[in-house]
Amino acid sequence: MLDVQGLTVRFPSRHGDFTAIEGVSLSVNPGEIHGLVGESGAGKSTIGAAVIGLLQPPGYIAEGTMTLGDVDLRNLTAAQAHQMRGARISMIFQDPQTSLNPLMTVEDQLIETIQAHEDISTSDARTRAIELLEEIGIKQAATRIKAYPHQFSGGMRQRVVIALALCTNPELIIADEPTTALDVAVQSQVLDLIKRLAQTRGIGFILITHDIGVIAQITDNVTVLRGGKVMEHGPTERVLRAPEHPYTKALMDAVPRLDKRVERFLVPESDVVKVASPAGLTGADAEAWLLDGVQQGGADLEMKDVTVRFAGTRTSLWTKPEPFVALDSVSMQVRPGTVMGLVGESGSGKSTMAKVITGLVSPAEGQMTLAGDPLPAAKQRPRDHVSRRLIQMVFQDPYSSLNARHRIGEILSEPLWLYGLEPDAARRRQISAAMLDLVGLSADSIDRYPHQFSGGQRQRIAVARALLARPRFLICDEPTSALDVSIQAQVLNLLKDLQARFGLTILFISHNLAVVRQMSDDITVLRNGKVVEAQRSEAFFTAPKADYARELLQLTPAITF
Amino acid sequence: MLARFWHSDGFWMLRRSPAAMIAGLVAFLVIAGAVFAPWIASTDPYDLASFSLMDGLLPPVWQDGGMAQFPLGTDDQGRDMISAILYGARLSLLIGLMAMVIATVLGVGLGLAAGYYGGRFDAIVMRIADVQLALPAILTALLIDGIARGVLPSEMHGDVRVAVLTLAIALSLWVNFARTARASTFVERNKEYVQAAMIMGQHPLRVMFRHILPNILGPLLVIMTVDLASAILLEATLSFLGIGLPADSPSLGTLIRIGMQFLLSGEWWILWVPTLFLIALVVSINLLGDFLRDVFNPRLH
Amino acid sequence: MVYFILKRLFQSIFVMLAVAFLSFSLFRFVGDPVSQMTGVETTVEDRERLREELGLNDPFLFQFARFTGDLLQGDFGYSYRTRQPVAEMIADRIPATLELGTVALIISLLVGIPAGVYTALNPRGFVTQSILLTTLVGVSIPTFVIGIMLIFLFGVQLGWLPTFGRGGTVQIGGWTSSLFTVEGWRALILPAFTLGVYQLTLTMRLVRAEMMEVMRSDYILFATARGIPWRRLHFRHALANTMVPVITIIGLQFGGVIAFSIVTESVFQWPGMGLLFLESIRFVDIPVMGVYLVVIAFFFVLVNLAVDLLYIAIDPRLRVKEAA
Repeated sequence: MLDVQGLTVRFPSRHGDFTAIEGVSLSVNPGEIHGLVGESGAGKSTIGAAVIGLLQPPGYIAEGTMTLGDVDLRNLTAAQAHQMRGARISMIFQDPQTSLNPLMTVEDQLIETIQAHEDISTSDARTRAIELLEEIGIKQAATRIKAYPHQFSGGMRQRVVIALALCTNPELIIADEPTTALDVAVQSQVLDLIKRLAQTRGIGFILITHDIGVIAQITDNVTVLRGGKVMEHGPTERVLRAPEHPYTKALMDAVPRLDKRVERFLVPESDVVKVASPAGLTGADAEAWLLDGVQQGGADLEMKDVTVRFAGTRTSLWTKPEPFVALDSVSMQVRPGTVMGLVGESGSGKSTMAKVITGLVSPAEGQMTLAGDPLPAAKQRPRDHVSRRLIQMVFQDPYSSLNARHRIGEILSEPLWLYGLEPDAARRRQISAAMLDLVGLSADSIDRYPHQFSGGQRQRIAVARALLARPRFLICDEPTSALDVSIQAQVLNLLKDLQARFGLTILFISHNLAVVRQMSDDITVLRNGKVVEAQRSEAFFTAPKADYARELLQLTPAITF
Repeated sequence: MLARFWHSDGFWMLRRSPAAMIAGLVAFLVIAGAVFAPWIASTDPYDLASFSLMDGLLPPVWQDGGMAQFPLGTDDQGRDMISAILYGARLSLLIGLMAMVIATVLGVGLGLAAGYYGGRFDAIVMRIADVQLALPAILTALLIDGIARGVLPSEMHGDVRVAVLTLAIALSLWVNFARTARASTFVERNKEYVQAAMIMGQHPLRVMFRHILPNILGPLLVIMTVDLASAILLEATLSFLGIGLPADSPSLGTLIRIGMQFLLSGEWWILWVPTLFLIALVVSINLLGDFLRDVFNPRLH
Repeated sequence: MVYFILKRLFQSIFVMLAVAFLSFSLFRFVGDPVSQMTGVETTVEDRERLREELGLNDPFLFQFARFTGDLLQGDFGYSYRTRQPVAEMIADRIPATLELGTVALIISLLVGIPAGVYTALNPRGFVTQSILLTTLVGVSIPTFVIGIMLIFLFGVQLGWLPTFGRGGTVQIGGWTSSLFTVEGWRALILPAFTLGVYQLTLTMRLVRAEMMEVMRSDYILFATARGIPWRRLHFRHALANTMVPVITIIGLQFGGVIAFSIVTESVFQWPGMGLLFLESIRFVDIPVMGVYLVVIAFFFVLVNLAVDLLYIAIDPRLRVKEAA
């Protein structure tokens, strides 16, 4: 049905044309779900945009043919191409929060889409829209259709998006990361829906994703991309089970498995050319410096009946708003020198836990102790409290966790200066450079700015910054969720190494159960601010006690072959 | 350093934008002319002895009766128009710059603190900003001028003119900075690098000025440019309304007001020379502001 | 929603109280009201009696409360200069300024919004670049210079339009209007255009910036991917979403219209409140200055409350409660 041959897309830029896609061929049959998988910069989304004719200017198709049935997609006038969109090809975007017009009811958006491609009366269009919503799993569709997008939850909104893509009966739907913004439970429902639509309606799907688990779960065929080129393609099961191309093999090795724990990922370590530190200090010196300060090893942390309430949004003048309970009497014990995995869906209170421990949020009730000493709540914790140094944090987004206006050297020596660890500026610089070496970066990075580094490298810098405080308790809040799998594997390896060498205590927060399994000794599962289950890690993954935990494990897309 | 500037994206965009280059050149020439007016101008328009009524109302040099000594003619007092506009621009720019600096310091300080602390402090600052918004720029400036007239004895009016004018303009411009700084700070505050600094226990002032401020400079720089232009326009307007600077130390606005008297007579240059000069200055500053807006727009990279 | 409106109402009342306080402080502290009201020959006893009568010896907050109470009852005091009630003086001038400001605002919206939409949808065209350059020059020319140029061109050179005053006016109730005679409109054109130009350029640039932002949003991309007809996409989807931030700013701009009306009225000798205010500044006529402030702030607050209501009408997120 869809046939793409030798597609090449270029973007003209200041430094000459940039080739985003080079010689890509793929075909999609009716009822087929075709996965496009690859890391960032692989050109997955660009292929989707090229097929539907919505390449961001100044990008253009330089070579190749694209045909849908008997229509040559490259030979359409602008008006024809626009008519083609919706009628025969449609698209689903990543974020259901932003892909619906907030000012129009779902009904208006559905009816206008149907009427844009068909000469049909408004009431007939409405009837069809309601039927479609019901088919897609929205209950009481006849009344819900009158609602505005903001009145639907995330998962329901993505269903509405799918209904909109579907309402004109297209042959091909391009789904660009359709479940990335959703929680596992909702993700699995949406994936099931896509699978059902492919089977019952014979719609061809191009499913663009970075998540091998999603690919494994629902695609029939898969095309693996890297740097705009096809690395490998074929039936999903064959490609994932027995990858032929070295890149696909490496990719599969880097994917954390939900069903087993590996000690180390088999990935090439970072390919930085290392330059010796100006003062001749190396990672070994940084290690010695660190051991000098953390002889006591990691600290244990105990939280007892911690409750956090946030003021609700005020909607009335007379009644006080209901407070939102982010954490409901949560207790947790982190053993010294171990990794505690904290898991839960979005809104479960994971990040609030980190904020309570680091003193950004004050709990309403509860006590905490760090290494046996009471850890005061945010409001009572002085700026120079020892825990400010002992507890350090690595954040989720390496693009915003480093100040873009400061050089790496300034970022790294800040903790040394702030905590009074090294009074001498030259010495601070030496230690910072040595620490860069320790986390696998070249020591001459010290004079550069964060934007000159990739996401994985920045995360290494963030780890280095945390270590330079000589911490005894490290919080990693989704440290790899913004990274590509191969980079994720490298960063996880680094964290494992450091943990083993320095006996750090780590609180590892993640929504990704497979990643957590690789890292943790213990597991705490949060749901709606309550602890659902707390267990040793291996016990948890083999025999979870709580129903919710079992469900979570089941719904997580996994590679089972 | 120079090489880095030459290869930077900003400079690349500048080289591709002829409008911005011309604007930059004009602004540079005007500012240089204003700064070096005492050395460039042939006469000192503030010094009554340096010009004579005998030379009054001479047309520009290319018209009949023009003299090479006064390329753009003279006003009714016999002042050389070029000297008058250079000195006038000097005064206008001085007031504009000072007002802008005061407004920036006041507005950015309050905006940063409001965005950082939020809560009650934020509410108070924003309510004050609301009140300020209900009393727009010209009104505020007129009002402060009016108060100064009421409070100060009349013989002092001349001396404090510049200060009153600067303060009045600054007060009417700070809200812009405060609102922008506050909005940007709100966004930055929740970014992880700021959270990291807060977790480390850094002093709030250090977090605000060392961490947040450098990251919100882009939009502020754009506002600074645009507001410098508004400050100059405002000064001209106030002087035009006759409550700005007096005729013996004329700014561009005062010169235009004086020129108005000759609107209907043949001496067109007395009005149009300072007017066109003012417009050229403000247009070029605004063009630069537009250009900066593009430079700081991440989407255009 | 009710809470939202009430919150805005309270904020407005706060603004009004603050302005009233400013106005009161002006009256009380800038110059001595008693010496303003009396001549040189008044005896010390008479002055003291007047001071007592005016309540100037009462506690400060009490005086402010009485001042506010008087304002609420429409008692605005007397002008130092003309000895007339300020309320009458202002009421006489309000129609002229409001008509001028409203017509100017309408001009700026009628031209500014379409121009903004056009330049946002055709960002690279020649017409767009010309419009952008023209408006840039437009914001760079002081309002009074535009006025002078218009007077020079249409009044002096061509002699088509009157250059000062309101032309023919009609009395409707207590309202003196120039909207019902040809002469009135002829007199109104130049000042209204002068006043509108600056707002027009601001409106246009704002609409353009917001519209370009909206055109890049996911929901516009999704609507494009569904093949929604371009016209509907641009107007029903993009423009509607553009208007949400735009009307807020337009409400705030109303303050600018009023402020610049002072300049315009001065250039065209338009007998409105602005001209009165200028005269009162020149003569340090504090009561008139103070009341002018209060009246301007009142209109500003009123317009912005109306904008909030409009906001609710446009944006369902403020109107309809969230549900699962």
